[in-house]
Amino acid sequence: MQASDRFNINSQLEHLQAKYVGTGHADLNRFEWAVNIQRDSYASYVGHYPILAYFAIAENESIGRERYSFMQKMLLPCGLPPEREED
Amino acid sequence: MASLDPEIAKTQEERKKMEQQLASLTSLTFDTDLYGGSDKDAYLTSIPANEDEENLDAMDNEVARKLASYTAPKSLLKDMPGVGDADAEVGFPKRQRIIDREDDYRQRRLNRIISPDRHDPFAAGEKTPDPSVRTYADVMREEALKREKEETLRAIAKKKKEEEEATKAAPDKGKESDAAAAPKRRNRWDQSQDEGAAKKAKTSDWDMPDTTPGRWDATPTPGRVTDATPGRRNRWDETPTPGRMVDSDSTPAGGVTPGATPAGMAWDATPKLSGMATPTPKKQRSRWDETPATMGSATPLPGATPAAAYTPGVTPVGGVELATPTPGAINLRGAITPEQYNLLRWERDIEERNRPLTDEELDAMFPQEGYKILEPPASYVPIRTPARKLLATPTPLGTPLYQIPEENRGQQFDVPKEAPGGLPFMKPEDYQYFGALLNEENEEELSPEEQKERKIMKLLLKVKNGTPPQRKTALRQLTDKAREFGAGPLFNRILPLLMQPTLEDQERHLLVKVIDRVLYKLDELVRPYVHKILVVIEPLLIDEDYYARVEGREIISNLSKAAGLATMIAAMRPDIDNIDEYVRNTTARAFSVVASALGIPALLPFLKAVCQSKKSWQARHTGIKIVQQIAILIGCAVLPHLRSLVEIIEHGLNDENQKVRTITALSLAALAEASAPYGIESFDSVLKPLWKGIRQHRGKVLAAFLKAIGFIIPLMEALYASYYTKEVMLILIREFQSPDEEMKKIVLKVVKQCVSTEGVEAEYIRNDILPEFFRNFWVRRMALDRRNYRQLVDTTVEIANKVGVADIVGRIVEDLKDESEPYRRMVMETIEKVVTNLGAADIDARLEELLIDGILYAFQEQTSDDANVMLNGFGAVVNALGHRVKAYLPQICGTIKWRLNNKSAKVRQQAADLISRIAVVMKQCQEEQLMGHLGVVLYEYLGEEYPEVLGSILGALKSIVNVIGMTKMTPPIKDLLPRLTPILKNRHEKVQENCIDLVGRIADRGAEFVPAREWMRICFELLEMLKAHKKGIRRATVNTFGYIAKAIGPQDVLATLLNNLKVQERQNRVCTTVAIAIVAETCSPFTVLPALMNEYRVPELNVQNGVLKSLSFLFEYIGEMGKDYIYAVTPLLEDALMDRDLVHRQTAASAVKHMALGVAGLGCEDALVHLLNYVWPNIFETSPHVINAVMEAIEGMRVALGAAIVLNYCLQGLFHPARKVREVYWKIYNSLYIGAQDALVAAYPILEDDEQNNVYCRPELMMFV
Repeated sequence: MQASDRFNINSQLEHLQAKYVGTGHADLNRFEWAVNIQRDSYASYVGHYPILAYFAIAENESIGRERYSFMQKMLLPCGLPPEREED
Repeated sequence: MASLDPEIAKTQEERKKMEQQLASLTSLTFDTDLYGGSDKDAYLTSIPANEDEENLDAMDNEVARKLASYTAPKSLLKDMPGVGDADAEVGFPKRQRIIDREDDYRQRRLNRIISPDRHDPFAAGEKTPDPSVRTYADVMREEALKREKEETLRAIAKKKKEEEEATKAAPDKGKESDAAAAPKRRNRWDQSQDEGAAKKAKTSDWDMPDTTPGRWDATPTPGRVTDATPGRRNRWDETPTPGRMVDSDSTPAGGVTPGATPAGMAWDATPKLSGMATPTPKKQRSRWDETPATMGSATPLPGATPAAAYTPGVTPVGGVELATPTPGAINLRGAITPEQYNLLRWERDIEERNRPLTDEELDAMFPQEGYKILEPPASYVPIRTPARKLLATPTPLGTPLYQIPEENRGQQFDVPKEAPGGLPFMKPEDYQYFGALLNEENEEELSPEEQKERKIMKLLLKVKNGTPPQRKTALRQLTDKAREFGAGPLFNRILPLLMQPTLEDQERHLLVKVIDRVLYKLDELVRPYVHKILVVIEPLLIDEDYYARVEGREIISNLSKAAGLATMIAAMRPDIDNIDEYVRNTTARAFSVVASALGIPALLPFLKAVCQSKKSWQARHTGIKIVQQIAILIGCAVLPHLRSLVEIIEHGLNDENQKVRTITALSLAALAEASAPYGIESFDSVLKPLWKGIRQHRGKVLAAFLKAIGFIIPLMEALYASYYTKEVMLILIREFQSPDEEMKKIVLKVVKQCVSTEGVEAEYIRNDILPEFFRNFWVRRMALDRRNYRQLVDTTVEIANKVGVADIVGRIVEDLKDESEPYRRMVMETIEKVVTNLGAADIDARLEELLIDGILYAFQEQTSDDANVMLNGFGAVVNALGHRVKAYLPQICGTIKWRLNNKSAKVRQQAADLISRIAVVMKQCQEEQLMGHLGVVLYEYLGEEYPEVLGSILGALKSIVNVIGMTKMTPPIKDLLPRLTPILKNRHEKVQENCIDLVGRIADRGAEFVPAREWMRICFELLEMLKAHKKGIRRATVNTFGYIAKAIGPQDVLATLLNNLKVQERQNRVCTTVAIAIVAETCSPFTVLPALMNEYRVPELNVQNGVLKSLSFLFEYIGEMGKDYIYAVTPLLEDALMDRDLVHRQTAASAVKHMALGVAGLGCEDALVHLLNYVWPNIFETSPHVINAVMEAIEGMRVALGAAIVLNYCLQGLFHPARKVREVYWKIYNSLYIGAQDALVAAYPILEDDEQNNVYCRPELMMFV
């Protein structure tokens, strides 16, 4: 952060942003971002009933089952995190 | 003839000039002489994008930069004392030392010692503690010992006193005064039946509320102490110095009163107990015999001169030395206070100048020839008076702990020694703490411990005295290395600094901040130091500065989280029954903070035990006080624990000690106040003792009980409330007559609380309360004390709410003609409030007559400056009576007219103000003719020279115009307005505000009555008004531009305004841009936009920025109307967004933001995407205002275009190889994400799965039915 940046609204903006789990930063890697995307997506599916119903019809499952499976998938949506390269 | 010609020529020339000026309005030329050449460098390069920023001016920014490390709302920051350079302090209140504003009670903090480290059983585990460390048991033993000592001393003193009284009583039995004094003392508030009489004055400890140090129960003031105990002398006289003894009254025993012991003796330099001090033969000696060495004792120096200042009662052996086990550095100058230091410096200076001349100097002064050097006679002995010697090397106190500083002849005292290594300047008083840093020692030779200590000192000095950047880095280093430094060395350095008597607010704030930061890092390592820290921080809890209190609470709450409940209790338990009331008071407050930090349930068992302590009443008292403080601190959050808290303290109502009973009642009051309106069931168990108590007790205890009842009754159901009110009312009515002021206040408060409860009927109040109430309270004396006055008015208003207007007003209306003005004012204020609340429907014809008569009398008779009460009262009554006033209006108007012509400006002003209050009612009464007449009268007084009065006259005119309308107004508008134009030039704020309001009103409603030329003239005057300091005036001016533009068409007004964009002054330009935007809004944008956009072609920075800013405001005001104009202005914005000048881009970006927000969803996406393409490259700007505007523009685009489009812009940079780029893009992504998280789900890019079996695709979105 630059000296000028530290005292203005932008620093507060970043503080605000940091409070949200799904926000990112310059060091975020592909995997972490993808996890956020996936979780947001599942949360969105579960939150919008019509979409849930749509998926249920498409997959021929009950809505409750769909909701349950989406919630389960939010645990490890992209599988285990890849090994970090030494940096 | 010839003489006339030049004159004519001159006038012609002038006229020509005027015409030119007028002509120039419509073209683009402007007066370069007036506005100056266009030196672009002199212009401000930034016009903030909105009005709020505009108010953050240059000075503000400077402060903001310096204060940026504080976290508090901006409004508060502005009030904080400034820091840093001396030149930045202009406009701030002068720095203030904390000690200067502290009263005696608060200064008792300096009596406390920073106790030695304590044993930490958690860290030690199962080990037996080392005998050298102080364990809990040690501390408790010490406390017990201290208490015992105190008891013994008190017993001795008591005995002595008895003996003395016996001896005194024997010789002069006839002396009545003594006998009179004794019973008088027994009547005192804080008399406890079982205690030695003398102690009480000192330890009166009622609930001291956070904010009001002056409350009766708060702290003993010296004055009070003296008048209560006639035999006792002022504590200033207690010093047994010989000089004093002589002039004190002849009873040395007077100063010996045992109660005067510990606290009072802080001032006393000799560590002897004054109770023991008998006048010694010393008394005979004159004070001239004394060495000046005692001079030091005249100054209060408790913290700095350890052993000397402590009183035997409070001080365990050891003093500061134990706390700071590194004597070397500190003791070098250890015992010197700044005052002494200055003295020393001054003396040295004098010595230096008056020293004997050396031979060399004499040689240089006199010619070589003609002089002979004589041998001194053999009998000569140089004068070596001890006094002079002593002057040269003062030994301030001669206490055993003091070491004579080594002489340093070379030291220059008037020049601050250059601190090595870029350290900040040291103040004299800092030397004793940081003096070691000045020793030019080789750092490598020091032991690692000493090096560490030096490092800490350096950092602390930087925090304390450094510049903001220095301070910041030092603070960070201290925080980062806290664990490395270790808790001991850190606190041993920081805490003594906080006890420094010359500390300033700002310094304390910084040091407290250091402690806060360090606490976080050290965590459980602080345990041995908890008590030390508390000693230093607790005084903050009773500071009169709100922020200090909050800071103190925060530290203690962090401390308790770091150290844990057990350690906190162990550290504070010994203080709970400390002999010093000050210690107990602060400890109770600290405990309440601990309770709020760690949860009340955790503390309950402990509290229960303390409140039931058998050993000492002090412990019970403190325990109950903790409950009270908890209630005050956490408010309604006590509700879940209400029952247990009440149970813990309820037995205190029947305690044997009076103080405990009192504090219990007060705690119950606090609990009831905190839990209102719930929780009555928790108080069931105390109702009986409370109601029984009010029959048994008298004086202070009774007051406390009544207070508790007053707070509990409003919680009850109607039925019970009425029953209990009747019960308590007997006592209350009896106490109506109490001569005591405090009792009066409490009684009034309780009456108010009882009366406002639902179940109490009007009939009961009317019959049982009112007669006594009015007889005892509605007396002149009550109007003299501010707080009594308030309370009485409030209570009476509350009663009136129950019993109605007529009863109350009927009782006091006669008093409007009372001869005491303060009393009349109190009556008037009550009537005003009652009538405003309840209307005047109940007032019958007779009362109405009396009332009008009374208010007229009171209004006319007022002499004091505070006229608002009478005015408001008059206005309220007249407005409440409405058309019933009609009969009295001629009389009222006669009075007004008479008073408008009065010699005194004040009277004229009041008369004019009264017109504006009653104008509406005059209209209701259809007295338009009368109003017209008043209008003419006011018009005639427009030549008024006092601005305050003129402002009021204008206000009165405005209210008349408002009420009777433009057409019926007399004098006619066309006469009135030209008269107002010159008044617009007046620079007085009140005149300006009223005048612009009136002109604006006329422009709004009656513009057609005035020729356009006159309006143009007014436009010019209005430009000047834009410079006004008051925002209200500027706003009214800007609005008036809109009205005028509406009336005479926008062209001319616009030309004036556009010209005004060229002026230098920024505030003026900003207001002009707002005015342009308003004109555009009122006259439709299409009338303004062409001229405005044309103005952008003027090759001048200010003008172009002004145009852009106007556009920004314009689009903000017109909202969705903007959709018709967006295509028109796009090329202009394109150009501005590509300009080299930052401010162009910034302002254009904010215009884009408003535009985008206005047209969201109206189908202008094509233009917006086009503009976004121009905005986007600016995301890498670093100037705060610019980047802010750009980010907001992008946010606006998110709203207007949808998150998906902006996301697509974003994706290109999220994983850019350059970190700087990534950072910016992620910032945009984040704000996008926060704004439209859900909408992004559909727009995220398709990520391919990678080779490590990670699944990134989202198959669900591919589904299709």
